[in-house]
Amino acid sequence: MIEVRDLIKQYDDRVAVNKISFSVKKGEILGFLGPNGAGKSTTMKILSGFMPASAGSAKINGYDVEKEALQAKASIGYLPENPPVYMAMAVEEYLVFAARLHGVHKTKANTAARDAMDKCGITDVRHRLIGNLSKGYRQRVGLAQAIAHNPPVLILDEPTVGLDPKQIIEIRNLIRSLGGEHTIILSTHILPEVQATCGRVVVIDHGTVVAEDTLDGIAARMQSNVRVTLGLQKNPEDVLAKLQAVQGVTALSKTSKNEGEPFTVHVECAKGFDVRSDLAKICVSADLGLLTLNQEKLSLEDAFVRLITVDENTKEL
Amino acid sequence: MQNMMLIAKRDLKMYFISPIAYIIIAVFLFLMGWMFFNLLSYYSQSLQQFGAISYGQKPTLSENVIRPLYGNMNVIMLFIVPFITMRLIAEERKDHTVELLLTAPIRSLDVILGKFLSGFALLAIMLSCTLIYPIMLFYLTKPDWGVVLGCYMGLLLVAATYVAVGLFWSARTENQIVAAALSFGTLLFLWLISWAAHRAGPVWSDVLNGFSIVGHYSNFSEGVIDTTDLVFYASAIGFSLFGAKLSFDTSEWG
Repeated sequence: MIEVRDLIKQYDDRVAVNKISFSVKKGEILGFLGPNGAGKSTTMKILSGFMPASAGSAKINGYDVEKEALQAKASIGYLPENPPVYMAMAVEEYLVFAARLHGVHKTKANTAARDAMDKCGITDVRHRLIGNLSKGYRQRVGLAQAIAHNPPVLILDEPTVGLDPKQIIEIRNLIRSLGGEHTIILSTHILPEVQATCGRVVVIDHGTVVAEDTLDGIAARMQSNVRVTLGLQKNPEDVLAKLQAVQGVTALSKTSKNEGEPFTVHVECAKGFDVRSDLAKICVSADLGLLTLNQEKLSLEDAFVRLITVDENTKEL
Repeated sequence: MQNMMLIAKRDLKMYFISPIAYIIIAVFLFLMGWMFFNLLSYYSQSLQQFGAISYGQKPTLSENVIRPLYGNMNVIMLFIVPFITMRLIAEERKDHTVELLLTAPIRSLDVILGKFLSGFALLAIMLSCTLIYPIMLFYLTKPDWGVVLGCYMGLLLVAATYVAVGLFWSARTENQIVAAALSFGTLLFLWLISWAAHRAGPVWSDVLNGFSIVGHYSNFSEGVIDTTDLVFYASAIGFSLFGAKLSFDTSEWG
C-alpha cells in the first residue's frame, strides 16, 4: 500500500532524510518512531505530497506521490504536526469543507463530516469556532479532517500531541479500530504509543532507518542484554573499578549520592553472561554492604533509547 | 472548477465572518460619500456661477463629477486592496492550513483562481455599493451612461489587476504585513511609472506608459473601450496569477 524507496530529502545545509526505504502492507498500522528531528515529519510531508523529495520514490496505493500526485493525494488522509484547521470556522463547517476538498460529493459531505465527528468524539462542539477550542479538541478536529473522506491510507504525524491521558487512550483506540480497513502510518516519539497501537515499527534516527521489525521482534533483539541493579550500603570511591573487574560487564553507572549513604549501581553486561554471582562475591569480599541484587530485562523503552544512541562499538546489539 | 468555487466561496465567507469586509467597505463608502457630496456641491455651485455670467464653457457632469469620482475610487482601491489580499495565502501559511490545500487532491491553479475570485468578488460587492451615486444622478439630472459604464468596467479591470498583484505577494511570504507592503509598493510604482515618460525618449516613453495602470484606465473613463487596454489588464492579471501559482507550487514551507 505504501512503498518508500531510497527517499532522500536534502536541505541547503543538511540532509533531513537519508535513503529511507520501507513498505507498509494493506491494513497494517506502522509506527514511525524516532526522537525529535529524526526526519519523521519530513518523511510524512513527502508522503503526503506536501513537499517533493530530493531523490528516491514513494508510492501510495500504487500511485507515485510526485508523478501521479492527484491520485496519490486522493488516497491519503493526512494529519500534519500542526492540525491544519481554520480558527475562524466552526467545526462542522470546516469538516464539510475539508471533505469536499478531498472529492466527497456535496450531497455526502454532511454525512461524512458527521461520521468523522462521531468517531473523534467532537460532535458536542460541532457548532463552536475551532479557534475557541482547546489544543486537544483542535487535534481531534484535525484527525477528523484526515478520516472524513474515508481514505485508504492515513498518515498521522504525532496524532496524540496535546491530548489529555483519557483522550490519548480514546484516540489510540480509534486508530487501532481504523487499522485493518485503513493502512496507517503513525509517527511519534512516544514509545508506549507505538506499543499501544502499532503492529510494526520503523525506528529512524538522523534521517536513516536504524531498525524495522515487529514490536516483539525489536524487544526480543534487545532482551538478550541484561541489566543488573545493585543496592549497596557503602560508597567507597573505587567501587566502580572493583565491579568492572567482573568478566562480562560492559557498562557501569551509579546514582551519585553522598559517601556512606545507600546507593544503586546499574551494571550492564554482554550477551550470554550471568554476572550475578560474581558481582555478589566481589560485593561481599570488598565489604560493600550488599542490600539488593536485581536482574532486569531491557524494556522496549530502553531498547529504543539504545537504538538511537548507538555508537560504533555497540551497533551490533 | 468545482474546487475553485469551493475555495472562492470559503474565502469570501471568511471576509464576512471577520470584520474585515465590513470595515473596509464602510471606510471606502465613507470616503466616497464625502467625495461625492463635495464634487456634487462644487459642481452645482459652478453651474450657478456659469448661469450668472454665461461666460466660457458650461461645466459638464461627466467632467466635474463622474470622472473625478471614479478616478478617486481607483486611488482609494489602490490603498485598500493590499489589506484585502494580504491574508489570502500568507495567512494559510502562518496557520499551517496551507498543508490542507497542498495535500488535498486539487490543482494549485484551482486554489489560486479561487483565492483570486474571492478577493475580486469582495471588491465587486464593494463597488456595487457605489451604484447609488449614478442612480442618484439619474434622478437629479442626465448623466452620460457611456461614461458611467466605462468607468465601472475600467474599475473592475483595475480591481482585478490589483487583486492579482496582491495575491502574488501574498503567495510569496507568510507575513501578511510584508505581503501588504510589497503589494502596495508594486501597485503604486505601476501607477507612477509614467512620470518618467516625458523625459525617456520616444521608445521608452511608450514602454513606460504601456505599463501604467492608471494610463490604461483613462480610456475607460472616457467611455472608450480599447482592446490595447483590455490586453494590458488581462496580461497583468495572467502574469501575476501565474507567478502566484509558481510560488504556491514550489515553496517548501516548514
